[in-house]
Amino acid sequence: MATLEEKGQTVSAERLKDFLREMLLIRRFEEKVEERFRAGELPGFLHVAIGQEAVAVGVCRALEEGDVIASTHRAHGHTIAKGTHPNEVMAELYGKVEGCSHGYGGSMHLYDFERGNLGANAVVGGGLPGIVGAGLAFKMRGEPRVAVAFFGDGATNIGTFHEALNLAQLWTVPAIFVCEHNRYAESTPSTQHLPIEDMTKRAEAFGMVSMTVDGQDVEAVFDTAKKALRHARDGKGPVFIVADCVRLSGHYVGDPQVYRPKEEINELRKNRDPIELLRTRLELSDEEFGEMDGEATRIAEDSVEFAKKGTDPKPEDALKNVYA
Amino acid sequence: MPELTYREAVRDAMSEAMRRDDDVFIMGEDIAEMGGSMGVTQGMLDEFGPDRVRNTPISEMAIVGAGIGAAVAGMRPIVEVMYQDFMTLAMEQLVQQAAKHRYMSGGQTKVPLTIRTQGGAGWSPGAQHAQQVEAWFVHVPGIKVVFPSTPEDVRGLLWTSIYDDNPVVFFEHRTLYNLKNEVPEAIEGMELGKARIHREGEDVTVVATGRLVHEALSAAKEAEEDGISVEVVDPRTLLPLDEESIIGSVKKTNRCVVAHEAVVRMGFGAEIAALVQHQAFDYLDAPVERVGAKFAPIPFAPVMEEYVIPHAGDVLAAVKRTVGKE
Repeated sequence: MATLEEKGQTVSAERLKDFLREMLLIRRFEEKVEERFRAGELPGFLHVAIGQEAVAVGVCRALEEGDVIASTHRAHGHTIAKGTHPNEVMAELYGKVEGCSHGYGGSMHLYDFERGNLGANAVVGGGLPGIVGAGLAFKMRGEPRVAVAFFGDGATNIGTFHEALNLAQLWTVPAIFVCEHNRYAESTPSTQHLPIEDMTKRAEAFGMVSMTVDGQDVEAVFDTAKKALRHARDGKGPVFIVADCVRLSGHYVGDPQVYRPKEEINELRKNRDPIELLRTRLELSDEEFGEMDGEATRIAEDSVEFAKKGTDPKPEDALKNVYA
Repeated sequence: MPELTYREAVRDAMSEAMRRDDDVFIMGEDIAEMGGSMGVTQGMLDEFGPDRVRNTPISEMAIVGAGIGAAVAGMRPIVEVMYQDFMTLAMEQLVQQAAKHRYMSGGQTKVPLTIRTQGGAGWSPGAQHAQQVEAWFVHVPGIKVVFPSTPEDVRGLLWTSIYDDNPVVFFEHRTLYNLKNEVPEAIEGMELGKARIHREGEDVTVVATGRLVHEALSAAKEAEEDGISVEVVDPRTLLPLDEESIIGSVKKTNRCVVAHEAVVRMGFGAEIAALVQHQAFDYLDAPVERVGAKFAPIPFAPVMEEYVIPHAGDVLAAVKRTVGKE
């Protein structure tokens, strides 16, 4: 019997549960990250994707084998959703050899080349031109692969965004540009950094197909991404997706968010939490949800144990991977 | 042996690589029908077609960035940045992306990308088309920097750069494109990090790059008439640097002049001077002399341009200072 999904109508409940498990895993992982950072165990600074799990999961679950992504400074969710084990992500945050970038990258530079993660970028918009190039390589070699860039609304104001979209459209490159429109560029609200309300106009200026989706609805994200990927894979060119989403956390862990009304965060937590929305929609019993949640919590806790037992790089390893 | 101009030698390396290897392609502004602003890519569109000889918008960030992404995804792109002055527009992609992907990923990714660019003064293009910026890139861990001065070297070193698994910024000098010399029949890759001693001498070592190699050779001839024997060493690649050849030469001559077209201050010569004083201190009979442009943007009026950039006369004067014959 054909599933509803195969009929192009909706995603099956089983699959949605699978998405929920993944979103829960990212949520519990990120909460663990906040906790361990506050405990003073994690060096550097960190950006968690709490609230934006549905975009990472919806897009990455729509990808096919061989597709690649480039992520942002808020990279943990994308990386886990693209298939890197949470142990390897957490180990990277602890600066361990077992980390997905072997301790050379850190939270903002998570790579997993084998799993198609070409790297997270701490320069806002920095990864977009590279995604155009990866897509170009696929096109030139006739491979049915698509390259996907994640970025935020803040990135749409930087030159790389405009140059990358222009070139991608000009060369009908198989690329998807996923704008996680959480309405904050770090601390600056979009009212202070975007002169237009509808961001799809930016892509349409290049003649690019654009789509808008509720980024808190994982099924909608998945469906939209599938549509966009088909378009790109069929050689029809790139697609720009605006995923309207919410950042339920600060810009960085420890951000007091003085720039943001408390009521706004409370209201979003209450009404726009993608996990709660999906849980309600699936009409999960407390027991079933609790089971899923417990499993996610366990994996997140295990990742900390794994990371803490990891190997510190030798200081002089800093000079490895230096060729010039 | 066949003769090629510097321009033809560059084209020869690219074309041969593209004939042999489908992963190699070129992109840049005006490189297709027009054949490049310096005519370097002339005829390549006809031979390889628009898919592999890609005319781009004027969009340095995107061109360089797309080169990086294609390289990461397994191609060997050659990106032409029309003037090295325009590298400023692509600095983020070069310095933050190309130079760091392999490192930040803990060695997972490679970036086999060659960025060809050209420029330099001597023809009154004005301040925004004439600056030599090679030293900027030597300051960045993760980018190889090549600056050949002859047809043979430009061909051999470009070949190696294309097949290097890491990003290479490859400088060509505008005034050298018509320089014609014999080259070997077949392309031979030349190892990066090997200097060429263009002329042997006993009294003074001149370490020179790009156009200044030729100015140094003229100066050496004149110096010979004054009884000063000059050795001219061209590092050819600034990173990696053939320290051994430079130090070996200075230990022989006991004097060193460094000469490049870029401004003296913080120029590549400063690094050579530091290297020489550190590794050959006891051998030096005179302070290391530095020759380069005066500290000003490159002016337009030919008389001012001539005044600002260094010539053979400046090299000769520096050579004479080192032997006390001012």
